[in-house]
Amino acid sequence: MSQWNNFSKGFFKENAVFTLLLGMCPTLGVTSSAIDGLGMGLATTFVLVMSNLVVALIKNLIPDKVRIPAFIVVIATFVTIVEMTMQAYVPALFDSLGLFIPLIVVNCLVLGRAEAYASKNNIGSSIIDGLGMGLGFAMALTILGAIRELLGSGKIFGTVIFPEDYGMLVFVLAPGAFIALGYLIAFINQVKKEA
Amino acid sequence: MEYVLIVISAIFVNNIVLSQFLGICPFLGVSKKISTGIGMTGAVTFVMVIATIVTFFIQKAILEPFKVEYLQTITFILVIASLVQLVEIILKKVSPPLYQALGVFLPLITTNCAILGVAILALKLEDTNIVKSVVFAISHAVGFGLALVTFAGIREQLDLMDIPKGMKGTPIALVVAGLLALAFMGFAGIV
Amino acid sequence: MAKTESTLKNMVLTLLVITCVAGASLGFMYELTKGPIEAAKAAKQKAAITEVVPDFNNNPGEEVYELTSKEGFILKFFPAKKDGELVGIAIETMTNKGFSGDIKIMLGIKPDGSIINYQVLEHKETPGLGTKMADWFKTDKGNQSIIAKHPKTNKLLVSKDGGEVDAITAATISSRAFLDAVRVAYETYTENQSNPTVTSNTSVEEGGTE
Repeated sequence: MSQWNNFSKGFFKENAVFTLLLGMCPTLGVTSSAIDGLGMGLATTFVLVMSNLVVALIKNLIPDKVRIPAFIVVIATFVTIVEMTMQAYVPALFDSLGLFIPLIVVNCLVLGRAEAYASKNNIGSSIIDGLGMGLGFAMALTILGAIRELLGSGKIFGTVIFPEDYGMLVFVLAPGAFIALGYLIAFINQVKKEA
Repeated sequence: MEYVLIVISAIFVNNIVLSQFLGICPFLGVSKKISTGIGMTGAVTFVMVIATIVTFFIQKAILEPFKVEYLQTITFILVIASLVQLVEIILKKVSPPLYQALGVFLPLITTNCAILGVAILALKLEDTNIVKSVVFAISHAVGFGLALVTFAGIREQLDLMDIPKGMKGTPIALVVAGLLALAFMGFAGIV
Repeated sequence: MAKTESTLKNMVLTLLVITCVAGASLGFMYELTKGPIEAAKAAKQKAAITEVVPDFNNNPGEEVYELTSKEGFILKFFPAKKDGELVGIAIETMTNKGFSGDIKIMLGIKPDGSIINYQVLEHKETPGLGTKMADWFKTDKGNQSIIAKHPKTNKLLVSKDGGEVDAITAATISSRAFLDAVRVAYETYTENQSNPTVTSNTSVEEGGTE
């Protein structure tokens, strides 16, 4: 697989959210605004790239039977690093994302890539895989976030498009997350069929 | 009285799946049949309660006294991963049929964000103590089960219906989950 | 390079090494980010204070004192001074009577007790209803606003309870709770004025009368 394909598969063919249905919790939990979705996506991408890198680096040193716990420690370390960095430099985003930042460690996408790709491929490819899957995830979250923010409060990235009073509040709440994602996936499935 | 509030809040008002978005992967993945839903709930309850107890002690006895609270994420997830391994081993010996029934779902409990989420949330309760945390964990497990089994019941019915092709499978499941979440929103304000 | 065998010794060793390296890197990161995290928290607090009191040139964060309200809440008082003279106090107050739990607000009052401004700090109220309190009680419409009102001379309760303030439409409980937090702040402040349990750090005369 060429490196370009390796990178781009994360955006459409094997998009974490729309195709693989991985990492659903943050997808629904932090997408009430576009900026939250983007922030979470980028934080996850960082963890994904770094953990893929380290796993690919030490894959031959880890005995097979303990590979899952070992991967988990690596991932958890980078998640904590992201936590601390965000708390120090982007405290507002840190507050918005709240509990979901430490939960990146149980994002099936991250552990999944470590197990399925980084443990079997070289460092360069693993980094690119991490970047592609991560940014694809970020793209999905940002799109969902923008849709929910627009329909729910009339804004995108904080810019007012129409007054909040005309918004459908349900979309920034829990039920709206499920419903918006459901229709978004249906739409994308339809586009894929016709493509 | 406070315990009653914790229980009602966890099961209905702040349902772990339908209003806090934790445990979505198993919620969507294991809810095709009521029987598997019940089995998964049992396993999740067991791991959730024990994980909350163990992580509670680790936080109070190790992390806080040594001022290393930043190691919370890493220690908690290791505890959960080990617990799941333990449950697998025990279940294999004690009840092979149950082990077979749960099959691939057991290892998936490790990545169930609800478990890590509840362990972390239990420590954020006001004047938290071990009894409150246990009640909290059990209640959330019940809430998880309630959402899961209700959803499975609906999905079993959905399978028999004529759904537009584009919506079949995940999309319609998500929309239905949204309506279920909407229903649960009615509980807000009880506590 | 051949893969390491899964012997017990190897497994334990690898996990131990990985965990130690992880722990060490986190310890290092912790030291690195400790300062900026504290700075970010202080900046957030300063921003809330600046929002609710007039111009000041002291450091309210350093002159903060704590008082306990009769409900048992610990409130923080941040005196804002310009050229040594007290121009306002930012009070971090709270209530537990919110629709969905505690509500915390930063209330800015003049030394004489009248309200300058407020900022909602923390809450779990219903989005679209209770959350409106962020701006509702500062909007000059009808009888919504509490700005420039005085808890002693104006009845700061919702009209349903015989007060002067218009509650948020369909969010009476959140409105009541919000005003309760204001009451807690004012009562604790005046309680301390008449029975000073706290003396300020500087020897400046506290301006204004009760």
